[in-house]
Amino acid sequence: MDQDDQSQEPGAAYVPPAGQAELVAALRAGDETAFTELIEELGPSMLRVARMYVSTQAVAEDVVQETWLAVLSGIGRFEGRSSLKTWIFRILTNRAKTRGEREGRSLPFSSFASDAEGDEGATVDADRFQRGGQFEGAWVSAPSRWSELPENRLVGDETIEVAHAAIAALPDSQRAVITLRDVDGWSSEEVRNVLGLSESNQRVLLHRARAKVRRALETYLEGDRS
Amino acid sequence: MTSIWQRIRGRGKRGLTCVQVVELVTSYLEGGLSEADRARFDAHLSACDGCTNYLDQMRVTIAVVGRVREEDLSDEAKAELVAAFRGWARDE
Repeated sequence: MDQDDQSQEPGAAYVPPAGQAELVAALRAGDETAFTELIEELGPSMLRVARMYVSTQAVAEDVVQETWLAVLSGIGRFEGRSSLKTWIFRILTNRAKTRGEREGRSLPFSSFASDAEGDEGATVDADRFQRGGQFEGAWVSAPSRWSELPENRLVGDETIEVAHAAIAALPDSQRAVITLRDVDGWSSEEVRNVLGLSESNQRVLLHRARAKVRRALETYLEGDRS
Repeated sequence: MTSIWQRIRGRGKRGLTCVQVVELVTSYLEGGLSEADRARFDAHLSACDGCTNYLDQMRVTIAVVGRVREEDLSDEAKAELVAAFRGWARDE
C-alpha cells in the first residue's frame, strides 16, 4: 500500500513500491504463491470496486476474474510506470464500466452528486446542540467516553456487525470510499485515483460515511440518545 | 457541497463551536486543515470534553470499521483463477 505514481507531481520520476519489481518478475515466472497472495490481497477491494458498476455480486465476481485474466495476458507488457495495483484497478474499472453500460446502469459517480445533495447538512443531529443564546452551537447532550466502555464491547463481534450493517446501508459512493479507506486501508490518493474523485469529494464522502457509522455505533453502545 | 465549510471559514477569528468542530473532524484527521484552523481546532478540544470524546469516538469508529471482514472472492473463483494461472504459466 505504498504511494503510487499519481500521488506525485506530473513528470516526477516514478518510484515503484518496494518489492514491486520482484513481484512482477515472480508473476512472469509463473510463481503460483505470488499470484495467490496477490488475489487474496486485492480480491475483496476489486469486488467492492466492481460492484459499484454492475448490478449483482455474481457479475462483479465475473469482472474480477476477467480482470485477472487480462492481467496475466498483459503482465509481459507491464512497464512499471504506475504501481501494479493502479494498473490492475485501471483494467478492472474499464471492464466493470463496460459491463455496467451493457446492463444499462448509470455510472456510480454520476449519482455522486445526488448522493451528496440528498444528504447535505449536518452529520450530527441538530438537537444535540444548543440553539440560540450564549452557548449556541455547544453540546446539549455531549458524547460520552467510549474508552470507558468495557473493551470487549468495543471489539465484540456484535459491534463489528453493527458497523458492517451501517456501511451496507450507505449510498454507493460513500460505501465505496469508507470500505477502501478504512476496511482495506488504502491511502486517500489511491482512492482518489481509482474512483476518480477530487480531494474534497473524497473527504466529504468519507466524512459522511464515518459519521453515519459512528451514529450507528452510538445507538448500539448507548441506546438511542436523540 | 462546500457550503458548510465556507460557513465555518466565514466565522473569522472567533473560536470554533462544537457544531462546527464535528464537521471538521475528518479534515482534521486527514491533515487537511490549514495551520491556523488546526490551531483553532486544537484550542477548542483542549477546552471541550464533549468534542474530545467525539473525536475519540470517530477514532474508535475507524478502528471498528477496520475489523469488518469484507466479502472475498468465492473459493471456487479463486481455484479457477489459480488453475488459469497455472495454464498461463505453462503456455508462456
